[in-house]
Amino acid sequence: MTQPENFGYGVEEQLLQAEARKFFKKHCNELTLMDLLARNPDPERKPECQWDRKTWQKMTELGWNTMAVPESAGGLGMRAVAVATLVEEAGRAALPSPLMATVNATYVLAACGTEGAAAALGEIAADKTASLAITNAKGSWEISATDVAVSFTDGGMALNGASWFVQDAGKADFLVVKAASQAGIGLFVVPVDAPGVTIIPDAIVDLSRDQAHVTFENVAVGPANVAAEPGRGRAALEKARPALLTMVSADMCGAGEWQLQTTAAYARERKQFDRPIGFFQAVKHPIVNMMIMIDSARSHVYNAACAIDHEPEEADRYATMAKAAASDMAAFCSSRSVQYHGGMGFTWECFIHLYFKRQKHNQVLYGDAVYHRARLADMLIGPVAA
Amino acid sequence: MSQSERRDTPEQAEFRVYCREWLASHTPGPPAVRLPQSALEIMTHEQLDYLRNWQRAAYEGGLVGCDYPREYGGGGRSDCQRIANEETARAGTPFFPNIVALGMAAPTIFHHASEELKRRLLPKIFSCEEIWCQGFSEPDAGSDMANCQTMAERTGDTWIINGQKIWTSLAQFSDWMIILCRHDRSTKHRGLTYFVLPIGDFVGKGVEIRPLIKMTGESGFNEVFFNNVEIPDSYRLDEVGNGWQVAMTTLLHERGAGPLVTPSAGSLRSDSSSETENAMMLIELAKKSPRNDKTAADDPVIRDRIMDLVIRQKGLSESFRRSRVKGLTDHLLRIPLQGKLVRTEINQEVSALALEIEGAASTLYITDENAPAKGQWPLAYLNSFGMTIAAGTSEVLRNILGERVLGMPKSK
Repeated sequence: MTQPENFGYGVEEQLLQAEARKFFKKHCNELTLMDLLARNPDPERKPECQWDRKTWQKMTELGWNTMAVPESAGGLGMRAVAVATLVEEAGRAALPSPLMATVNATYVLAACGTEGAAAALGEIAADKTASLAITNAKGSWEISATDVAVSFTDGGMALNGASWFVQDAGKADFLVVKAASQAGIGLFVVPVDAPGVTIIPDAIVDLSRDQAHVTFENVAVGPANVAAEPGRGRAALEKARPALLTMVSADMCGAGEWQLQTTAAYARERKQFDRPIGFFQAVKHPIVNMMIMIDSARSHVYNAACAIDHEPEEADRYATMAKAAASDMAAFCSSRSVQYHGGMGFTWECFIHLYFKRQKHNQVLYGDAVYHRARLADMLIGPVAA
Repeated sequence: MSQSERRDTPEQAEFRVYCREWLASHTPGPPAVRLPQSALEIMTHEQLDYLRNWQRAAYEGGLVGCDYPREYGGGGRSDCQRIANEETARAGTPFFPNIVALGMAAPTIFHHASEELKRRLLPKIFSCEEIWCQGFSEPDAGSDMANCQTMAERTGDTWIINGQKIWTSLAQFSDWMIILCRHDRSTKHRGLTYFVLPIGDFVGKGVEIRPLIKMTGESGFNEVFFNNVEIPDSYRLDEVGNGWQVAMTTLLHERGAGPLVTPSAGSLRSDSSSETENAMMLIELAKKSPRNDKTAADDPVIRDRIMDLVIRQKGLSESFRRSRVKGLTDHLLRIPLQGKLVRTEINQEVSALALEIEGAASTLYITDENAPAKGQWPLAYLNSFGMTIAAGTSEVLRNILGERVLGMPKSK
């Protein structure tokens, strides 16, 4: 299949981007964000799930939560390029919300092609939120990795074990759980309040989201809750993986651009030795390097999103490139944004740290840069000789 | 089918087929002499003649100057030079020698010269009948180019040129030079005026050319001295005192941002054709290079570093694609101004990594019979510093990006 030259980014996407930027500026600017997320600096504070439900409510009224849901399931069925555009703007606002978790769960469910998955997609279209429970205690992003077992019981199936590093679990109505039986990997739709499900919040660095590990104790799953039968889950996860990588990379690009613009603005204003510090090349040049890394990562994101829409046979390769580029970019932009804000940048009061922490979190999600370069090497060079 | 190919317009698709057929029967056989890696290191007339014949043939075949109007000797096409460049790259043809003319002089002439000069000069640039060089840098005007001191004094309808230029590639073969001169010492930028100068007519008659030797051992660039060289006022481009603006047009093209404003003349391989060309070559090299009883391609650190370069190179080519999409860039020059900087730095890292992959064998230079890849990688690495220094050092380009795109204060 053929990619359009403009990535499929047309007038509609341009309007969406402008609308989203305006919306987040109004409902999630730096001040509201500080007020919402940074009230309690105590490093020993209990894990909290801090988000503005009213803003999320408004987003659902605009249909932004259902953009990736196929029309057949009652969603907007928009292309990945449009979804990436929205996610990028949410990243630029460091928005605390179930958006990315729900979008990623949507892509996994949409890749399943079963009645159970279609029903769950219908729930998302009806404004339910979701998250993926697909990682084990070691934090492995390999598709085979899970600490949840699925077994057959008299009445159907049961889940036992634990999922780790579940994103925005405190904001989710249901989970898409990866579980293994001897037949292989399956995917199951489990409401967070189902009997036997316990959500244990993690104390995390990032203030703009929540994370949990989730235990499953004889959690009964009926046929309606099977998104992918054991043995069918791997294919669905492989199909959805490019979208997961692309969306988290898009979030990082948005946040990176915010870090760039905020740091450049500070370098234009802050004076030392009678000059704005941006005069000094030791400051100016690394800020330019931030821009160079952002532009590379952002171009990879749109190329990967466009591949998901138009060239699916290349999507995995391009998305893996995007995640590697975006992860390195996020690390560099974060470190430089704090450094060039000087002493202020190191304080709790300066909102720079909100983005720093969000970027650090996204950097490792679904595999860091080294992980994805190793994946790419396997694709382009072939496996390492034994 | 390449990615770029799949996005061709009907005109481009048709032209691509034409180029491919033409190249199949016209790509020249190997030369009798060793060719340098680029036009900037042409040392002998034998090398030049071979490359010049090739450019003339390609021009006659319609693959040079494709997007320029027909009245200036161009092909009158629309956004087709890129296609010709991709196809010549794919066919593995030699490069074109008139690189300064195609990449810099032609677009500058197109924008700033009189109608008469355009008709006189452009066709012979494309056909390679006349070779061009660029007279910008001076011993005390490198990164600070506006410090140019070569004087142009007006007497009636003529100008008398005195002074010195340096790092002038191709001067020894050139018929013409684009030259930045000072007509007024009392003001810096506004005291500059831009000319075309028929340097070939003055060699030994007011113009002296002395070769400089590069760290590779190759020659190719020169010092050029002017002693009372007299040229008519009709060789002036744009107004007296507008030399800096004209020079900016030249530099915009030299640094790869030209296609925004001008038909590309196609001297360099286009950005979209290079996808992962260079970095991907490292994969084959690594597979052939022994390391720790296996190959370099089995070393996880080497793999990681190759992939990093592959990704960055692909990112640059996708960025050029993105720069053409309305709404996906916030500043017109943001990506184009990065082109030369990022490309030359990646290329430098690619050749540096190639040497590490080659290991001990990377010590062998071009004339050693045991050198892998005929010693091209050490030569490429040495030459790569020419690219990160010439046409605006990486440091100057970072200043320009920081100042023009991010609004930071000027570092001067």
